[in-house]
Amino acid sequence: MSGIFNKALMVHLGLIVVLLALHFILPAYHHVSLARIMVLAVYALGFNLLFGYTGLLSLGHALFFAAGLYGAGLSMQFFQWTAGPGFVFGLFCAIAVATLIGMLALRTVGVSFMIVTMMFAQVGYLLILYYNEYTRGDEGFVILRELRVLGPLDLSAEDIRYLVALALLAAAILIKLALVRSPTGRILIAIRENEERTRMLGYDPFRYKLMAMVISGAFAGAAGAAYGILFGYVGASFASIQYSILPLLYVLMGGAGVVLGPLLGTIAMFYLIDIASGMTSAYLFFVGLALVFLILVAPKGLLGTVRERWAPWLP
Amino acid sequence: MKLRNSIRQGHFDSMDFGPYLLLATLEGAVQAAVLALTALGLSLVFGVMRVVNVAHGEFFMLGAVLAWWISSLLTGTPLFGFLAALIFAPLIVGGLAAVADRLILKRLKYDPEATIVATIGLLYIIQQGALTLYGPDARPVAAPFDFRVSFPWFGYSGYKISVILTCMVMLLGVWALLTRTRIGLIMRATQYDRETAQAFGIPVARVYTGVFAFGAMLAAVAAVLIVPTQQAYYLMGLDPLLLSFIVVIIGGLGSLKGTVLAAVVIGLSDGIITIFFDPTLAKILSTILVAMILVFRPTGLFGTATR
Repeated sequence: MSGIFNKALMVHLGLIVVLLALHFILPAYHHVSLARIMVLAVYALGFNLLFGYTGLLSLGHALFFAAGLYGAGLSMQFFQWTAGPGFVFGLFCAIAVATLIGMLALRTVGVSFMIVTMMFAQVGYLLILYYNEYTRGDEGFVILRELRVLGPLDLSAEDIRYLVALALLAAAILIKLALVRSPTGRILIAIRENEERTRMLGYDPFRYKLMAMVISGAFAGAAGAAYGILFGYVGASFASIQYSILPLLYVLMGGAGVVLGPLLGTIAMFYLIDIASGMTSAYLFFVGLALVFLILVAPKGLLGTVRERWAPWLP
Repeated sequence: MKLRNSIRQGHFDSMDFGPYLLLATLEGAVQAAVLALTALGLSLVFGVMRVVNVAHGEFFMLGAVLAWWISSLLTGTPLFGFLAALIFAPLIVGGLAAVADRLILKRLKYDPEATIVATIGLLYIIQQGALTLYGPDARPVAAPFDFRVSFPWFGYSGYKISVILTCMVMLLGVWALLTRTRIGLIMRATQYDRETAQAFGIPVARVYTGVFAFGAMLAAVAAVLIVPTQQAYYLMGLDPLLLSFIVVIIGGLGSLKGTVLAAVVIGLSDGIITIFFDPTLAKILSTILVAMILVFRPTGLFGTATR
C-alpha cells in the first residue's frame, strides 16, 4: 500500500517539478498561457472532485468561479484591499454560495440536478448584469495594478504570476490527492458507484455530497479569485453558461476520476481553442466537436484510458 | 421590450388600464403560443426518449435562419417565400436531427448524462456552423401578409394573431396525432415501456429517430412562425431553450397537457411582466422560482411521478 502510495505521490510531485522547470525554459507566449492554464486547471480539479469522484454533473459551476472572481474583484475595488484579503474573501464567497446551492440542488438527482445548477448559475449571471452599476456588467472592470500585490510580491509581474499560479495548482493537486485517498474520498467514490448501498452501510450520502460540492466550489472559487487577481480583469462572461461547460470539457478530455486528468485536459483544450480561434471566429465549433467526439469515442478521457490500460495504480 | 419602451415614452398615456392589459395579453399570447409549440418538442423528446436535448434551442434557431435563406432564394410575394419556408425549413431541420440521432445519440444508447454532454456539443456545432455559413448579422424575414386588426383603442398586427391561431391548430394536430393515430399509439407504448414495446415488434430505434426529428421540427415550425416579428440571428436559440426548459419542468417532465398549460402561463405572464418590470429582473425572479419548483416539487406542478 505505502509503495503504491509513494509511486503515485512521486508522479504528482514530479509533475509539479516539471512545471517549475518549464518556468525557466518556456518562451514568453507559452509562459503566459501556462499560467492561465494552471489557474483554470484548479477550477477543473475541483469540478472533477464532484463529477469524476462523486458522480454529480453540475452545469452551473461558473457560479462558484464567478463568486470567487467577483468576491475578490469587488472587495479589492471598493475597499482597496490587496490580493491577500481579496483572495480570502473571494474564497469565502464561493464557499458560502456553494453551501447554499448545494443544500438546495442536492435535493434533486440526475437530470434535475444538472438543470437546477444551470438555472442557479444563470441567476448569478443575470444578477451580475442587473447590478451593472457595481459590476459593470458584460464590459467588466480592471483590478488596479497597485492592489494586485501580496506582501512584497507584485502579482502582475509575469514570472511571479507564473510561480503563484503554480503554487496554487500544487496545493490543489496535493489536497485533492490526499482527499481522494482518504476514507472520505472512498465514500465519495462509493456514492458515485451506488448511492443506495452506501446509505445502507450507514453513511449519509447527502452530507458527503454536500461536502464534495462545497470543496469543489471552494476550488472553483479559489481559481476564480486567483484568475481575477493574477490577470487583473473581472467580467460577466466568466459567469456565463460557457464557463460552466468548460471544466466539464477539460475533465472529459483529461479523464474524469483521475487526479491529474483535469490538468492534462485543460492543457489540451486550451491549446485546441487557442489554435482554432487563430483560424476562425467560430472556434466554439471545435469545442462542440471535441465534446461529441470524446463522449462517443473516449468517454474515459486521456488519462482514464491510460489508467485502464497501463497504470491501474493512478489515483 | 419595444412595447415597454413605447410605454415609457408615453405613447399609451391616453390609454386606460383595460386596453393596456389587452395589448400586454395579446403580446403574451403570441409568446405563449410559440413557446408551447417549442416546448412540446422538448417535452416529447424527453418523455419518449428520456433525453434532455440541450440543442433544442439551436433547432429553433436553424428554423429561423433557414426561413430567411429559403425566402431570400424565392422572388415574388412574401407569402410564397414564407409558405415555402414553413414547409422546407422544418423538413431540413428534422432531417438534420434524424442524422444527429443516428450518428450520436443512438451510439450513446440514450444514456441520460452522456446525451446531455453530446447535445451540448451539438449546440456548439450547430450554432457555430450557423455563424460560419450565415454570419453574425441579424436579418429580417418579411411577414407573409400585412394587415392590422383594429381594436377601438389601437391597431394590432394581423400576422401575430394568425400566429396564435396557427399554433393552436398545430397543437391540436399534435394532440390528435398522439392520441388518435397508430403513430401516437406506438410512441406512447415506447414511452411507457421500451423493452415491452420492442418485444411486441415496435421498431424502437426508428421510433426514437422519428421522435427526435419530430421534436426538432416542432421547434423549427415555431421559429418560422415567429421570425417575421423578430429577426433571424445565430445566437437566438438560448432564450427559447431556457424558456422551454422552464415550461417543461413546471408542466411536469414528460406531461404534454402540463407543458401546454405551463407555456400559456409562462408566456402570458412573461409578456405581461416584461411590460411592467425590468426584463432582467423578471428573468431572475422567474428563473429562481422555477429552480425552487424543481427543488421542492421535482415532478412539476402538474406532473405525476415518472416511472
